[in-house]
Amino acid sequence: MMEKMIFGRFLPGDSPVHKLDPRSKLIFVFAFIIIVFLANNTVTYALLLAFTLLVVLVSRIRLYFLINGLKPVLFLMAFTFLLHIFMTREGAVVFEWKFITIYEEGLRQGIFISIRFLVLVFMTSILTLTTSPISITDGIEVLLNPLKAVKVPVHELALMMSISLRFIPTLMDETDKIMKAQMARGSDLSSGPIKDRIKAVVPLLVPLFVSAFKRAEDLATAMEVRGYRGGEGRTRYRKLKWDMSDTFALVLLGAMAVLLFFYRS
Amino acid sequence: MDIKLQQVSYAYAQGTPFEKRALFDIDFEIPSHTYQAIIGHTGSGKSTILQHFNALLKPTSGEVHIGDRIVVAGKKAKDLKAVRQKVGIVFQFPEHQLFEETVLKDIMFGPMNFGVSEKEAEARARELVGLVSLPEDVLEKSPFDLSGGQMRRVAIAGVLAMEPEVIVLDEPTAGLDPRGQKEIMDMFYKLHQERGLTTILVTHSMEDAARYADNIVIMHEGKNVLRGTPQDIFKDVETLKNLRLEPPRIVRFQQKIEKMINTPFSKICLTEEELATEIARVLREERAES
Repeated sequence: MMEKMIFGRFLPGDSPVHKLDPRSKLIFVFAFIIIVFLANNTVTYALLLAFTLLVVLVSRIRLYFLINGLKPVLFLMAFTFLLHIFMTREGAVVFEWKFITIYEEGLRQGIFISIRFLVLVFMTSILTLTTSPISITDGIEVLLNPLKAVKVPVHELALMMSISLRFIPTLMDETDKIMKAQMARGSDLSSGPIKDRIKAVVPLLVPLFVSAFKRAEDLATAMEVRGYRGGEGRTRYRKLKWDMSDTFALVLLGAMAVLLFFYRS
Repeated sequence: MDIKLQQVSYAYAQGTPFEKRALFDIDFEIPSHTYQAIIGHTGSGKSTILQHFNALLKPTSGEVHIGDRIVVAGKKAKDLKAVRQKVGIVFQFPEHQLFEETVLKDIMFGPMNFGVSEKEAEARARELVGLVSLPEDVLEKSPFDLSGGQMRRVAIAGVLAMEPEVIVLDEPTAGLDPRGQKEIMDMFYKLHQERGLTTILVTHSMEDAARYADNIVIMHEGKNVLRGTPQDIFKDVETLKNLRLEPPRIVRFQQKIEKMINTPFSKICLTEEELATEIARVLREERAES
């Protein structure tokens, strides 16, 4: 089950999108999230969709893989779509059967919202799929650097982020191992009444917490032993490099924003 | 209870770009009451194989026969509890699975999941602490107050309490001191003989495999490359070397002696006692000749 989830995973590759600087990608996605809300009619939504598909194409991630991995989110999308169809009562009636009436406006809104959802999820997934967690945190740290002036502990936040990202797979593996060990001892998480299933979580959570705390302590010791004392005066091993392609990506997005402005009603 | 693997292959995350084949057409049989060792380097697929023995993993192709249950690729397997009661697995670092407030409750967890009465489960727990050489008063302690070695023994007792017919051991002595290692391995061997268990030991220790196993399977990059009795396997030093494996120390010692006195021995000795007797025999013969 966990194996199929792609949200937050990194898929190494060497497409032009992979090679972009994490800073430009972060700015790109952040700005994209904002300009998505500019779209409000058929032309602009079509533009958004086309633009997103273009990015998917350039990133060389198989569309089938994206859709397959985002099934849980697609379910949410379908749900909002249905809500819109049944709740909006404007425009001409397109379909009527017993107590179900679907209006044109409802259909339109439902499709628009679904597209909005889809492009947002696709774009953010492409960000995490093409950027290693470490470079994302590096990017965030640099982008947030100005906030240091107002005493925001930027370095510490970035460190916390990279540590949590680093330990997600470790904890997932650990969960899997403990789950299997308890299953081998006859504990059953996947069948039986709800009450029993909730009870079966305890043998899973207790060992998981114990090992997580132990790991945290070990890590803290290991960092201290190697002389870590915060971000003051710390140099970087991984240097970020801003290329022509990074500027180009942002210009492209700017052009997209202008187009949306132009065609929106 | 026999365990049989037929053309078993397994791939992690099948159908995604993260897909990774771990096992390729594995074929072997573990007859009842035998002691089987599975040897291989890290990443050879030995830990993946062992999860097939009680259907924690289902093969992506092929069949696994566990007693009279058959787990077939692609088919839903229902009611695996019976299988899991009969095949107990002691995972690597089993102390990580402890969670109860007291050692007693933790040992009782397994059997009670399989419908054993509380009274019976407690009786088993009390008997087992002695067997894994722990003092009786640990039963009332929290497992988290024990030392690492003691926790390991409690976890092992927790698996034994299910009274499985087949016991699968995944590096059961990793990280213990040499004395603890020997104690635990000897205990498993005693249980194996006394209770007529089928024992499967997954290890990279040639020494343990030589000392205890009836049969050895050698895994290399997800394939089963060698199969046979310890004598067969350790005879062929060249093949082992190609797999980056070394015969056990005792066998290497015998080979050195053979080279030194220029007489091959009649068989490959797997324990110190055996080798000592063999050396004595060869020396006696030589003296008789001269």
